[in-house]
Amino acid sequence: MFAYYLDLALHSLKRNKVLTALMVLAIAVGIGASMTTFTVLHVLSGDPLPGKSGKLYYPQIDPQDVRGMMPGTLPPEQVTLIDGMNLLRAKHADRQALMFGGAVPIRPDSSALDPFYVEARFTSADFFAMFDAPFLYGRGWTGADDDARARDVVITRKLDDKLFNGADSVGHTMQIGDNTFRIVGVLDDWRPNPHFYDLNTGSYNYFEQVFLPLQTALELHFEHNGSNDCWGNGAGGAGGVYPSAPCVWLQFWVELDNPAKAAAYKQFLIHYSEEQKALGRFQRAPNVRLDNLMQWLDYNGVVPSDVRLQAWLAFGFLLVCLLNTVGLMLAKFLRRSGELSVRRALGASRRALFAQLLTESGVIGIAGGAGGLMLAMLGLWMVRHRPSDYAALAHLDPAMLLVTFALAIGASLLAGMLPAWRACNVAPALQLKSN
Amino acid sequence: MDILPILATLRRHKIIIWLLMLEIALSCAIVCNGVYLIVQRIQRMDMPSGVAEHELVQIQQAPITLPPDRYARAKGDLAALQQIPGVEAVGMTNQVPFGGSSSNGNVMLVPTQPHPTLNAATYFGENLLPAFGLRLVSGRALANDDYANADTVLKSLADGSGEGFPMPTIISQALATRLWPQQNPLGKLLWLAPKANFRVVGVVATLARANAYHTATAQYSMIIPLHMGADKDQSYLIRTRPDERQRVLAAAATVLKRADPARVITHARTYDEIRSDYFQDDRAMAGMLVSVIVAVLLVTGLGIVGLASFWVAQRRKQIGIRRALGATRSDILRYFQTENFLIVTFGIVLGMVLAYGLSLWLMARYELPRLPLSYLPAGAIALWLIGQAAVLGPALRAAAVPPVVATRSV
Repeated sequence: MFAYYLDLALHSLKRNKVLTALMVLAIAVGIGASMTTFTVLHVLSGDPLPGKSGKLYYPQIDPQDVRGMMPGTLPPEQVTLIDGMNLLRAKHADRQALMFGGAVPIRPDSSALDPFYVEARFTSADFFAMFDAPFLYGRGWTGADDDARARDVVITRKLDDKLFNGADSVGHTMQIGDNTFRIVGVLDDWRPNPHFYDLNTGSYNYFEQVFLPLQTALELHFEHNGSNDCWGNGAGGAGGVYPSAPCVWLQFWVELDNPAKAAAYKQFLIHYSEEQKALGRFQRAPNVRLDNLMQWLDYNGVVPSDVRLQAWLAFGFLLVCLLNTVGLMLAKFLRRSGELSVRRALGASRRALFAQLLTESGVIGIAGGAGGLMLAMLGLWMVRHRPSDYAALAHLDPAMLLVTFALAIGASLLAGMLPAWRACNVAPALQLKSN
Repeated sequence: MDILPILATLRRHKIIIWLLMLEIALSCAIVCNGVYLIVQRIQRMDMPSGVAEHELVQIQQAPITLPPDRYARAKGDLAALQQIPGVEAVGMTNQVPFGGSSSNGNVMLVPTQPHPTLNAATYFGENLLPAFGLRLVSGRALANDDYANADTVLKSLADGSGEGFPMPTIISQALATRLWPQQNPLGKLLWLAPKANFRVVGVVATLARANAYHTATAQYSMIIPLHMGADKDQSYLIRTRPDERQRVLAAAATVLKRADPARVITHARTYDEIRSDYFQDDRAMAGMLVSVIVAVLLVTGLGIVGLASFWVAQRRKQIGIRRALGATRSDILRYFQTENFLIVTFGIVLGMVLAYGLSLWLMARYELPRLPLSYLPAGAIALWLIGQAAVLGPALRAAAVPPVVATRSV
């Protein structure tokens, strides 16, 4: 039966080529535009560490002076060096990492390569295990290395390729500025997007190539990249001078295996704030927050508002296209009242006619979906060639591919539903007589 | 033209008319708000920087090993750059307008006030007025003995001695007007920290921030005479003739490399590139909005063509009867045109309400200003034109139906 309906549908579609093309095109363009923007939105609002993100938390405390304090003021988005070190050493979470970003000069041994700068992350030992960073060779440094200010470094596969032609470089040394570091590990490709653990360096497509112990970096005065917020007489640094004590400029992350531990850690932060206030370091009443990773991304609004706006815009456009298709289908189906009445008079049930008409709109949906998919790929290709920092991430994933087709067919069936229902309700006798 | 018979006919096609009206209304809402968004983006892209944009180049370097004295290094570099033929002025800065990476401070008018008055960009560096090409509107430029070394100032702040303050500063006209409306800003004091105060010695016409997110605060800037020394966060500015920029940039890279072969040139670009980079997302957004508006109008127009063609085909017999009864071709033509005008008008009325609602939603969600009412007629006219253009073809075909059709059966 379906084959017969399909045959009828194709026959009817062929009769009105221009109109059919118009309907298919409208659906294709609408679907193409929305899928392009939805895919970008979907990619950008994705979870950078699926499965792990629920256990990672970003503690915020408020060490600022009382000036400018208002009820409901949110605590700063980073920590001071003193608080960061205190919380790190308290080891109150299952794992914890304190960090800041920077750039370091690499001096390759080979004279064929000029010296160059790479982005670096200065952090503590738990970083790699907390964030599931995959090691290709070797492993991270230990907590003892942190305290010993070891000249240990973890590099990425990309840098390993550049400096050692991809060979296992663990145990080799490399020159960072005037200092010799020992390579302890090489990370496999690891590109968490967004760059959740430090959003100040740009949210997307920012990757460090060198990781080394925080205390080593502080000792060697490696330069800090990122933002700092100061109060009182605090001042941001310059060159190798770090921001002064009343400034927040480091990021601190903890891993807490279950919600109960998270609640307990929040209590610990309140307790810590009270303790610091008793000591005279803090002036404000405890003002703490503890977001998990996805909440933290949401709190920071990492997805550019333009991308959301574009998605809504494309959705509005899809709506216009669908209304357009519904109108055209309605006109077309109603015009075929005569033909449908003949079939009804010959014994076809209303349901059969309905199925026949929906088959026809379904065919339009599939054609529109295929067209839309091609347009979406073209759209994403265009997005990738834009200079935005998130451009390179715009790829269609299988989930969005399915959504494209589901949306196109669903939309066209929906668009066919009303016209089909109307057309089926024509009284056959009346229609036949009038003809 | 008799409107009543048209309305009577339209009433018999309620669903299709409603669909078409909804489509037109939605298009109208999208077009009105879209055009307004485009205008906003274009205005943003036109934001003045205050610098001599077509004469300016920026070159940024990073040392591989730190120089023993970064202040001496900066001085040496500047002197070497000045020697390049065709160079009109050289300077050094921690940021450039629309450069992205920024340095800002919270400005207070009294050191004890609980909340800062506003946030302003803090430009540090050498010879900024001539190098940027800023226009001084009152007061004086900065002189050599106004300058202090960054370390000294940071130390004075850290130990709370306040030594060396107040320092002279030059502020932008916008900042002066905002801080001291109707008053002479020269000689006034402002604070960036309880121990760090600055005396206004000059006012420049315009100087935009490096991260000008909001138009209202984009021009709040101050220049502080600090020797920053050569490090990778500072950049050299060179002013030259527009057609000499590429040559000067190349020469500058060579000169800097010669002074210290172990350094990396991280940025070498003209100011035009800086502006273009900064506003790239706005340009892309404006482009996207233009395509969506064109596509919406096109789809709506084609939809009208399709529906009108159907109606013409459906009513061939009736048209023939009307013609046989004495209606002229132009009567038929006008019938379809009026019909279209009515439908589009209903759609537009609905669309105005929708456009306004959409604007309110955008205001709440994206902090956009309210849609000015003058955009509504613009959207309406666009849709009327599209409607009339779309219906013309089918209407002409209708007008061409000969009266003899009336006598034929199907």
